Amino acid sequence: MNQNSNRAWLYLLPSVLLLVVFLIYPLIDVFIYSAEEGYNFASQTHSGVGTYNYSYVLHDPYFLQALKNTFILVIITVPVSTGIALLISAMLSSIRPLRQLYQTVYFLPYVTNTLAVGLVFMVLFQKTEYTDGLVNLMLQWFGGETVDFIDGPYWAKMFVLCFYTIWVVMPFKILVLTSALASVNPDYYRAARVDGTPKLRIFTKITLPMIAPMIVYLVITGFIGAFKAYSDAVALFGTDLNAAGMNTIVGYVYDMLYGDSGGYPSYASAAAIILFVIVLTITCINLLVSKRQLEN
Amino acid sequence: MKRNADFEIERRRTENKNRVLKIVTYFGLSIWAVLVLFPFYWMVLTSFKSYGAYNAEHIPVFFTLAPTLQNYKEAFTAVPLGKYLLNTLIFSVFTTAAMVAVSTLAAYAFARLRFRGRNLLFGIFLSMMMIPSELVVITNFVTITELDLRNSFLGLILPSITSVFYIYLLKESFEQVPDELYKAAKVDGTSDFKYLLKVMIPICRPTIITIMILKLIECWNSYIWPRLITDDQAYFLVSNGIQEIRENGFGRENIPAMMAAVVVISVPLIILFLIFRKKIMEGVSRGGMKG
Amino acid sequence: MEVKLKNITKRFPGRGRKEERETVAVKDLSFDVPDGTLVGLLGPSGCGKTTTLNLICGLENPTDGRIFFGEEDVTDLPPELRGVGMVFQNYALYPHLTVLQNILFPLENLKGKNRLSKKEMNDRAMEAARLVQIEGLLERKPKELSGGQQQRVAIARALVKMPRVLLLDEPLSNLDARLRLQTREEICKIQKKTGITTLFVTHDQEEAMSISDRIVVMRDGVLMQEGKPQQVYDDPVNLFVAKFLGTPPINVFEAEVKDEVLYFSEQPVLEVKNVKDQPVWAGVRPEGFVPGKDGPVICELDRVEVLGRDISVVCRHAACQAENVRAIINSEHELESGLGKVSFSLKPEKVFLFGRGDEERIPFGASCVSDSGN
Repeated sequence: MNQNSNRAWLYLLPSVLLLVVFLIYPLIDVFIYSAEEGYNFASQTHSGVGTYNYSYVLHDPYFLQALKNTFILVIITVPVSTGIALLISAMLSSIRPLRQLYQTVYFLPYVTNTLAVGLVFMVLFQKTEYTDGLVNLMLQWFGGETVDFIDGPYWAKMFVLCFYTIWVVMPFKILVLTSALASVNPDYYRAARVDGTPKLRIFTKITLPMIAPMIVYLVITGFIGAFKAYSDAVALFGTDLNAAGMNTIVGYVYDMLYGDSGGYPSYASAAAIILFVIVLTITCINLLVSKRQLEN
Repeated sequence: MKRNADFEIERRRTENKNRVLKIVTYFGLSIWAVLVLFPFYWMVLTSFKSYGAYNAEHIPVFFTLAPTLQNYKEAFTAVPLGKYLLNTLIFSVFTTAAMVAVSTLAAYAFARLRFRGRNLLFGIFLSMMMIPSELVVITNFVTITELDLRNSFLGLILPSITSVFYIYLLKESFEQVPDELYKAAKVDGTSDFKYLLKVMIPICRPTIITIMILKLIECWNSYIWPRLITDDQAYFLVSNGIQEIRENGFGRENIPAMMAAVVVISVPLIILFLIFRKKIMEGVSRGGMKG
Repeated sequence: MEVKLKNITKRFPGRGRKEERETVAVKDLSFDVPDGTLVGLLGPSGCGKTTTLNLICGLENPTDGRIFFGEEDVTDLPPELRGVGMVFQNYALYPHLTVLQNILFPLENLKGKNRLSKKEMNDRAMEAARLVQIEGLLERKPKELSGGQQQRVAIARALVKMPRVLLLDEPLSNLDARLRLQTREEICKIQKKTGITTLFVTHDQEEAMSISDRIVVMRDGVLMQEGKPQQVYDDPVNLFVAKFLGTPPINVFEAEVKDEVLYFSEQPVLEVKNVKDQPVWAGVRPEGFVPGKDGPVICELDRVEVLGRDISVVCRHAACQAENVRAIINSEHELESGLGKVSFSLKPEKVFLFGRGDEERIPFGASCVSDSGN
């Protein structure tokens, strides 16, 4: 038994070692960092312990900007992407020919490099002195005014960011929802047909409640993912997100850590913990609300 | 029969309604398909337009009559795109290989071997899935810097190896292998390790391939960690490379060359996806999340 | 409401790929379900009985043929206009709705002049619930119910619309053995109480025989035989029907007719008048054996199982198709078995002859060759 036990630990050694060094130790350490005031990266010394880092971060206008951006992004993209994904999945489940083709196409964004395709979106939305860009061309077709979506007004930039984020998260949601829809026993639909249930009523009274757990799962993971948004913004607006006014909380953390404005792991830690607390709170609220909803 | 005639009208009406519904459905689905595909079309199209022609288009043109490969040449010569690709390949392959090795060993221990504290440890492992990477990346950055591993493959790879989720998937798959096989192997005097290599891994190959592909995709697209710990272009991965190209590459406005680079970066994954479409979609729907 | 099927054929088209050929699920099927009766649609799995049910219900449309409810041709009507209630094999109770909500569901779909007020709906639902005795369970969710209770809820949901025809797909297959017995009586009782024309599908012949007024036997989408259970049992039209009905199953012997006498392995066993000389299949029901010293059918005794009122004799005969011959005899009979052998004579009304090739029934007139046992 003992010898067996030792052998098992030998199998586990590499993963345990890596997890301790790169996951558990850092998790503890980040809290320590966040409490060390006046930390100096070069000398690795600090002047005291307290909550100064948190208060600095919470008063930093860049952080507040990032907080605002992130919240707007979350509030727009999560419901919109879930809603559209539900619509598309429902349509997808109602057809037979070409279904696989559509499914394959819809999944493509999942396997593309966010940074690389972000460049394409930038090109499509950008307005330069040479050209107004394709999106603006279309706006003109419909009689709209041209706007620089990449370097222009805040709402335009936010629109592109939301649009691109939705484009990126859609494949996962469509995939999850189509497989959820496919797993509903067809007998329920047959029973409903025998009773002459109208299509809309079938959808709201049977389909939706049946896939509700999956929708809840998508909303929760959607919230978590959207709160951690970062590379989409970098792809569209470049690495200097503070200058563009489009930074996100995660972006703020990294900027504090590294780069031109970097070298402040204490501030970065405090910001990361604030983000974590926000995500945790929202997730708990989500779980509570959805639990109550599902019970009714 | 009066009643039947009424029904006939009713039936025609629902038939028409269904036809309209079908058309609307296909139309809606096609709109999203166009929205998904259009950026890809645009990047390929632009990558074949010559620099001069592109910049002369005040109004964007949806096709090109004079396709050129000049941009691709530019992408590989003006910036070290080949080097970025090679770096990414090395990083992805080594990380994936190490991940599979480490995860297989751990999953095997959890699934097959009996030892004290197994369930407790597995519980701890599972709870680690919830630790957000943003929290730990800060200290990892400091650790790697202190170990003097910045701008090295080791520094890139080491923190990216473990994935609790894949250990979990593998363990589930290992547990499907019937107990009798293990007992039979024990009777024949097969060692645990040999059993793992000769029986478990071949039986669970589909799962292993799935997690390999998912990890490859993840590596190929990883951006944040590589960006933090590499500032030497010699160690840039494609994501950082493309960002570098965008900010300091070809001179700001050579968009066709930029698009050529984007195409080069995107194509390997798209090919991988088209080959392993079923496996990838199945693996992702089992709980994969981007990033 | 009488249900009439006239020359119904249902083909499912192949799906593009070469391996998936067009399949004919039901072929030229005609039978009647008389008004107010309980009819069992019986056959092995994959014989097209569920498809037949779906055709009657309107979930599928026939490729050919017409379906009538009474005088009315319902072939082209969608399910909701046919006035049918259907109970699915797995009950298809909506898991997120309570029992009451499940029963109310069909009523809430009614529109136009058929629309019901809240109170009417509730009254109807309560009435249906009372009929199947689930009044105490109305606030529960389906997963809190036993299999038998779920079954009743499903029946209540089908009945609440007051359908003209009630259809049940394998109503008992998801229940354990004891519940099955109880539930089939329940179904029979509900049917008698409501007088509603009922058709149910089953692969279990015992189930069909025990509660049906009539049975319809199908095989590979084709009607084999139709009639009262006893009548079909006593007078099967072919070997398949004979084999399919009855527990224990009929004993089939490889036999031959020579000069109007039936031979098992060269041994004359029964006089069969008006039958040409030919090799045949001879089916003998288990209760068709009469033990007697001089009986012409001599078997090697394997074992005797005591069933109480009857005994079941398991023995072997060279001509028998199966490994064992099984005879059920009254336990008052004395079984004489010298040297491990046992002899029987045959009751001619329990013996059926079938052609070797087409397996169709060959009628014969008979008197026993050696009626000596008693």
